[in-house]
Amino acid sequence: MTESAKSADGTEGAEGAENGAGTAERPFPDLLSDCVHCGFCLPTCPTYVLWGEEMDSPRGRIHLMGQAEDEGVFTDASVGHFDNCLGCLACVTACPSGVAYDALIETTRARVEEEHERPRAERLIRSAIFSLFPYRRRLGLMRGPLRAYQASGLAKPLRSSGVLERVSPSVAAMERMAPPIKGKVPALPERVPAAGRRRAVVGMLTGCVQGAFFPQVNTATARVLASEGCEVVIPKGQGCCGALSSHSGRAEEAARFAEETVRTFEKAGVESVVVNSAGCGGTMKHYGRVLREAGRPDDLVRRAEALSAKVVDFSEYLAELGPRAERHPLPVKAAYHDACHLSHGQGVTAEPRDLLRSIPDLEVADLPNPEICCGSAGVYNLLNPEPAAELGTRKADDVASTKASLLVAGNPGCSLQIAATMRERGEEIAVAHTAQVLDASIRGLPPSALV
Amino acid sequence: MRERAIRDRSDESPHDRSTTDPAGAAHGRADRADRLSALVPRLKRICGGDGVITDASRRRTYESDGLTYHAEVPGVVVLPTTAEQVAEVLGLCAAEGVPFVPRGAGTGLSAGALPRTDGVLVTTSRMRRVIEVDPDNECAVVQPGVANLDITRAAAPYGYYYAPDPSSQQVCSVGGNIAENSGGAHCLKYGFTVNHVLGLQIATPQGGLVRLGGKAPEAPGYDLIGAFIGSEGTLGIATEATVRLVRTPQKVTTLLAAFTGMDAGGEAVSSVVAEGVLPAAVEMMDALSIEAAEAAVACDYPEGAGAVLIVELDGPAADVDADAAMVRRLCERAGAFEIREASGAAERARIWKGRKSAFAAVGRISPAYIVQDGVVPRTALGEVLGDIARLSAESGIRVANVFHAGDGNLHPLVLFDDAEPGAGERAAEVSGAILDLCIRHGGSITGEHGVGVDKACSMPRMFTPQDLETMDLFRRAFDPAGVANPEKLLPTPRLCGEVPGVRKDVHPLVAEGRAEQF
Repeated sequence: MTESAKSADGTEGAEGAENGAGTAERPFPDLLSDCVHCGFCLPTCPTYVLWGEEMDSPRGRIHLMGQAEDEGVFTDASVGHFDNCLGCLACVTACPSGVAYDALIETTRARVEEEHERPRAERLIRSAIFSLFPYRRRLGLMRGPLRAYQASGLAKPLRSSGVLERVSPSVAAMERMAPPIKGKVPALPERVPAAGRRRAVVGMLTGCVQGAFFPQVNTATARVLASEGCEVVIPKGQGCCGALSSHSGRAEEAARFAEETVRTFEKAGVESVVVNSAGCGGTMKHYGRVLREAGRPDDLVRRAEALSAKVVDFSEYLAELGPRAERHPLPVKAAYHDACHLSHGQGVTAEPRDLLRSIPDLEVADLPNPEICCGSAGVYNLLNPEPAAELGTRKADDVASTKASLLVAGNPGCSLQIAATMRERGEEIAVAHTAQVLDASIRGLPPSALV
Repeated sequence: MRERAIRDRSDESPHDRSTTDPAGAAHGRADRADRLSALVPRLKRICGGDGVITDASRRRTYESDGLTYHAEVPGVVVLPTTAEQVAEVLGLCAAEGVPFVPRGAGTGLSAGALPRTDGVLVTTSRMRRVIEVDPDNECAVVQPGVANLDITRAAAPYGYYYAPDPSSQQVCSVGGNIAENSGGAHCLKYGFTVNHVLGLQIATPQGGLVRLGGKAPEAPGYDLIGAFIGSEGTLGIATEATVRLVRTPQKVTTLLAAFTGMDAGGEAVSSVVAEGVLPAAVEMMDALSIEAAEAAVACDYPEGAGAVLIVELDGPAADVDADAAMVRRLCERAGAFEIREASGAAERARIWKGRKSAFAAVGRISPAYIVQDGVVPRTALGEVLGDIARLSAESGIRVANVFHAGDGNLHPLVLFDDAEPGAGERAAEVSGAILDLCIRHGGSITGEHGVGVDKACSMPRMFTPQDLETMDLFRRAFDPAGVANPEKLLPTPRLCGEVPGVRKDVHPLVAEGRAEQF
């Protein structure tokens, strides 16, 4: 007998980004059996690129999931390999058979958290991360001390002493990744009126990390939407969308955040919910799965699905809406980085490039190896600093090869990771979100506003 | 995943093994396990601690290559990074009488990299450095774990590419391509891997490092490179390859011609060849595979097509244009009701999309399927397709046909429902009967997927015992101890039973050690 393959569910799309769709009701072993072991995922998997080992490839991890399914336990070795997965979903794009690796790894992570006892130190660092990052107010409280620390000049001696590295590589990574805190950014109002004739009413997610560390991205997003004729509703009570928790197997916590977010935007009464952070958008488009995973009742799942249907990435939304505001020239050489949860997670690659290329005089370069993750991956760079740093270095090499002076990305984590790596190498590069570039062009700002 | 022929050698009595496999024949189960674990510290000294995998769950991820029907957990996995490490590992295996199995990216479709519980799996996935691109001599030097497409990526800035293009080219390793003599859609014009390797460094089954050929185009003496390519790991492991680079063509044009039936399509192929046109690729799909591709990727092929023909032409622009006009005329004369032509990369990709997705796409119209790989002389194509259709009608099992029409390499896809009892066996029977058809028409049991374990037992259908014995002698010249990928490529009694099935037990003379048998 030669190759024998099982068919994928008829409802699934052939293209990678659609793999997750329509799989919600299918049982886990069924989703596992879609894999025919062809290996097409290997070259796009960042850990396979680093280590060249089967068990740190999607195909190998699916095999390990099958083993756990057969034997009913997770071995320490297998948990290590699941933890090593960045969840970048490049394999979902590469898979010709429509395997829903996104659903598989999410379920597996939730099971690991439930069934597998982690060592004490690991538990501590995880609970510290998750009692800080999903909470914007707590993150906000860190701005002041962080700014003082950055201004004090203490960072240099502290880093070279290696003390933090000895205390905890995760804490050291956190210190390295922390963005430079600039002056206070005025809070956004609850409603931003459309400029000129109103074309739509849209909701906007401000996010936790984006909101605390990159408030200027949110301001730019709202301003661009408004100048394109959208009335922007920014519900006050919104919190974390749950993506960080969901990507780390904290299913219950993720469901709580998701539920809150569903309620908040239901009340807002908007046609669409615009999200400017790839990781958040990717998760919000699968809220049904998040709630079902945590065992929430059907009616809530349906409401979550209804909200998911309204979620769009910022660039996706603007591309669909079409331009109205005039773009002014912006003579800058930029490189565009595909955030994994935008390209692999949501299949959005052409839209941001088209938006950027519509700006006169802006040169947009593509990076070599665009499908490979930069190593940021939510809180991955805090939990797995070593491989994250190696991937960061590879990405920095690719960015440097373009000779661009501005790096544009659609996700705050990527920008933090790449900027920090470039800074350490002494090749500092300006970073901006697609929204900030558009904002600068629409407002006719000079290139110095960005670089 | 699905039903598997999982073999656990630990349950076998030592007498089950043939003497072609001395590594296992004379030793008991505990003995073999002991020898393997004694090997581990020495393997770690060679490959480093993180280059040796002993943990059971990790080893299990290596139990199959791209053909999961066969599975066996390797005794130990090593991940060398240099040619010297590979040679040292093989030397150790030879000294200890432990079998080894080479593995590249694990994408093979004949279980050629099926591991051994009593052996070492030597994986080249960490040997993926492009050592040199030498555009002046039109060649590149690469490590064996480099992905096929990565050679083209490295050569592209100089205006060159690597011609063999198996459909898994972004994943499959050059080392694996060498072991299997891989082809691809474009091997009609450009030939197989064997036509594109100028030099090799190989680690022999005795642990030596040997160089064959080099950057010079031709060397005197026996063509050992030719012998090594396609040897499926039975003669050693390629540790470095010098491959030929081909200039990127000035123009590429792809034509898609739709016919109402396969006969007309076949006629078009024959007339193209008869006119002396040498396309880079000539691919054909039948109605069933078109239906599958439409379901999977909405490739939008002409409606009502009973067959589509994809003809790709490349070379100097003037030649390509003239050939394209000729192919167009010939297709029209053969009855094509629609012809599309594309020269831009995006448009060409749209034409290829349906063809390239065909294997995976068939999963959309059938719960399970077998991909067969056989070859017939091009002139017999029409007749063989007719016979396949008859086989399909008689057995009630649907067969979709996708094939490299230019060189007669068939990939019949035998469809079945694995939930239905006995359906798998019936499909396997049809699949086997298709191979018989290929042989009867003077063809071969494999075009490009290799023999491996999967078709080793079919070899006697193509070769006489004397042919096989000669091959075995050749193999033994390289591997006297029989440790290099045992039980692949050539049939063994343990694997296939006695041929033609007279004796059930090991021959008395063999058991006494007075005769050898493969």
